[in-house]
Amino acid sequence: MAAVTGPEIERLIQLLARVPGLGPRSARRAALHLVKKREALLKPLADAMQIAHERIITCTTCGNIDTQNPCTLCGDPRRDDSLIVVVADVADLWALERAQVTTGRYHVLGGVLSALDGVGPKDLAIESLIQRIATGTIREVILALNATVDGQTTAHYITELLSTYTLTVTRLAHGVPVGGELDYLDEGTLHAAIRQRTAV
Amino acid sequence: MDWQDEGIIVGVRRHGETSAIVELLTREHGRHVGLVRGGRSKRMQPLLQMGNEVVTEWRARIEDHLGEYRLEAKTMRAAHIINQSSALFALGHMCGLIRLLPEREPHHGLFDVMQIVLDKLSDSQLAAPLVIRFEQHILTELGFGLDLTECALTGAREDLAYVSPKTGRAVTRAAAAPWLDKVLPLPAFLIQNDQPFLMPDQQSIIDGFALTGHFLERHVYGPRGQEEPETRRSFIASILKRNQTATP
Repeated sequence: MAAVTGPEIERLIQLLARVPGLGPRSARRAALHLVKKREALLKPLADAMQIAHERIITCTTCGNIDTQNPCTLCGDPRRDDSLIVVVADVADLWALERAQVTTGRYHVLGGVLSALDGVGPKDLAIESLIQRIATGTIREVILALNATVDGQTTAHYITELLSTYTLTVTRLAHGVPVGGELDYLDEGTLHAAIRQRTAV
Repeated sequence: MDWQDEGIIVGVRRHGETSAIVELLTREHGRHVGLVRGGRSKRMQPLLQMGNEVVTEWRARIEDHLGEYRLEAKTMRAAHIINQSSALFALGHMCGLIRLLPEREPHHGLFDVMQIVLDKLSDSQLAAPLVIRFEQHILTELGFGLDLTECALTGAREDLAYVSPKTGRAVTRAAAAPWLDKVLPLPAFLIQNDQPFLMPDQQSIIDGFALTGHFLERHVYGPRGQEEPETRRSFIASILKRNQTATP
């Protein structure tokens, strides 16, 4: 079939189709929408992306992404210096910040240990975490990692590494989510919930 | 093409936004990979964890195709061991070993062996000898099995105490005497097939891991340009530490 549009628009569609959540059809719709709203949307979006490309950097302290180094969170004096929340990815950091559940500092590992994907300890920011802890100001490390086999293997690995330091290592609870109905939960989650039940 | 089988999940990989590519060790069809549509959904994610056991139906238009799995939970093992470091390290290590096997080749008996070992991973006393046995089994499946039935030099079947690091064959204490600096100690629990199982001591566990570790390095990791996996190292360290604290 002959191309309906020129190569420039086709390239735009192809690039948009690589964005998570967009397939070829939705990318085509998004491209058409951008072209139609050229001044109101396409131009500002292109400018914003250009600026993001130029200015966004990775924080050398925690691994978060920001336009400054140290990042806004590392530079915030109101945050608790004695607490580090370890997350696998920047998306997890954002999720915790959205929920406003902790005032501690963060440390982004950049993934989890995975033999299948060939991710070993050297591929993660574990060494820099140890260096931060070795300063002696940290009292607690919260391992906010996914409740998956890979996530918890990483958590146990870090826990073993930190066993020589005088600090408390905690991890997130596993169990029934808010709004969860027991009837619909898998037996693994129910098992974890019963095992980690708390006194009321 | 379609078949039904039982399987243990040994690997899960994201595929696109919603699906997952799942690797199973099946009872009849060996290591087998397939697509699970909706595998990244909240409903499927607890099931698609390494170590979980499933009943599976595989379908493909042509046998060579990746095909699609339909999975149903049988044993949700991952949730039971997720809090135990040594069990998780062992699970990761065992799944890594399974992934070394060629795809779609039946390995009769391996499914049952893995099932037994996974069920005992929470038992800190039994886990180590069983994982060593599992490593020995994998070496056999890969064509590098250890011959621990008789002495490579004399043919004797009694007092086997060492293994040749080159051939993987057992050697008696007397025959190994001139090469004690070269041969590998053979822990007794690896040859007591017809006798009641005696719980090995700490030194036997260390010797067992050294023995299988040597041949894994020589025949498996080395030729593939790989290092000993971190999960194996962590499992050994964790289990030895736990046994040390348990011993008064």
